[in-house]
Amino acid sequence: MTWILENWERFWEVTAVHLRLSVVPVLAGFALAIPLGWWASRSPKARAVLFPLANVLFTIPSIALIVITPVLIGVRILDEINVIVPLVVYTVALMVRSVADALSAVPGHVTAAATAMGYRPLRRFLTVDFPLALPVTIAGLRVATVSNISMVSVGALVGLGGYGQLFTEGYQTDHTEKVLAGLIGTVVLAVLADGVLLLLGRVLTPWARVGR
Amino acid sequence: MIEFRAVTKRFEDGTIAVDELDLTVEAGTITVFVGPSGCGKTTSLRMVNRMIDPTSGTILVDGQDVSTVDPPTLRRGIGYVIQQAGLFPHRTVLDNVATVPLLSGWDRRKARTRAAELLEIVGLDPAFGKRYPAQLSGGQQQRVGVARALAADPPVLLMDEPFSAVDPVVREDLQNELLRLQAELDKTIVFVTHDIDEALKLGELVAVFRKGGHLAQYARPAELLSAPANDFVASFVGRDRGYRTLTFLHADVPVHPVTTAKLGERTTVSDWTLVVDDENRPRGWLSGVDGEVEVSEQDLISGGSLYDGTSLRGALDAALSSPSALGVVVDEAGAVTGVVKAGDVVEALAKARAAGEVPR
Repeated sequence: MTWILENWERFWEVTAVHLRLSVVPVLAGFALAIPLGWWASRSPKARAVLFPLANVLFTIPSIALIVITPVLIGVRILDEINVIVPLVVYTVALMVRSVADALSAVPGHVTAAATAMGYRPLRRFLTVDFPLALPVTIAGLRVATVSNISMVSVGALVGLGGYGQLFTEGYQTDHTEKVLAGLIGTVVLAVLADGVLLLLGRVLTPWARVGR
Repeated sequence: MIEFRAVTKRFEDGTIAVDELDLTVEAGTITVFVGPSGCGKTTSLRMVNRMIDPTSGTILVDGQDVSTVDPPTLRRGIGYVIQQAGLFPHRTVLDNVATVPLLSGWDRRKARTRAAELLEIVGLDPAFGKRYPAQLSGGQQQRVGVARALAADPPVLLMDEPFSAVDPVVREDLQNELLRLQAELDKTIVFVTHDIDEALKLGELVAVFRKGGHLAQYARPAELLSAPANDFVASFVGRDRGYRTLTFLHADVPVHPVTTAKLGERTTVSDWTLVVDDENRPRGWLSGVDGEVEVSEQDLISGGSLYDGTSLRGALDAALSSPSALGVVVDEAGAVTGVVKAGDVVEALAKARAAGEVPR
């Protein structure tokens, strides 16, 4: 703790980078997972391809994916993109299933009623299907966010910022407090992010908690 | 008016859901499509608003071929009530009802005002408007479903087994409510059900479908019962059809006077005495007590069904179900006007038959 207080500015700086490197992939991955999940919820063929693919992608060790990304997309090794792209891949792999399951769970009589009322497909998706899929989707989003916050640290092994830097530096200089600071930061950030999403879910879906 | 002209629906797996259907639904009537599952009744209904497109044939709504209209536009002009109500769980009751007006571009305030009016029309307290569907009972949800279908005042209403998921008592309320609404609104309603009793009760005309999408008979309920076109219809309308035919006969049955006593009153009881409350509404029967007694609730033998003068079936049922064999006749306010006897009902039936009033 003393290290955090004594190096407040450095700690903030690392926190900001860590947050950016974990949130940007969640947002981008989520945006990609929505159409893919929608597709998987409609087509058994899409599901047969997307779900196994997502499982395989998720089993690739993060360090391997981070090291290989610059080779695949041709950017400098120190570019933040090298962490963002793998994390987007993980988020999509995780979220495709959440979104697909959430959309499949919307009752058939509700979507049929929406169509029968005269909704056009896009409007129906945005104002009926997707809002009803939110509770399950947000649960998936919480898992993805927390797992991203934990994985960003691996980026330090290829020289990128975030709490991971505190781990590598602390390890190299035998500075336990620094490692501990990184650990505390990661945990606090994960808990806070999870709480924010939980709260966001409650605000967005007041209807999901009404009883009879 | 809705016309099916040689309409066939063949699904991709080769099953024929509807086979060369020719049928005209008259404007301003409730027409019921009834049949066992897999008979094509729901498919036929869903082809009207293009939830399903026919393989061949034409469907006209008020003279217009529906295949020439953009489906969402067509659907906004046709009310639809689905099984289990299909309300949007994430919207309040008021916003659910306002769905079609909002889709059709009304401003929000006008749509909500209209929605509140509709809640009253279907017999719901406007206070329900702020609740979510999950906070309503099944019967209330179904009323909201009907209100939502009526919101844009469409001339045609499609109802797809709307009352099948509620208990029998609530279902009867909803059926009566629909008949009351229809008397006021005069819509062209197509109602799908697998329940023949519901069909006979609600339908001015009933189309009986059989497996494979064939129309077995299209007739008035009384005719289905008295003159089924074939064995399938005869067995589908059921074994009690002779008794049920009485539902559609309205002949005069003599009403006899009955001895009554008020609750709490001291009276001399001989034979069967009908006990009534202060408003002269029946409470039960008194029998088997000798001499003067004070009429109290615990001595009452509960009565059978009441006859409100609607049909011979009601009169006969009242007489048969009464412990005294006297069917209690009530007026609109529920007050006792007399009793009917089963023998008189049977006699009235014989007279009606002799006069040619019973359809063959």
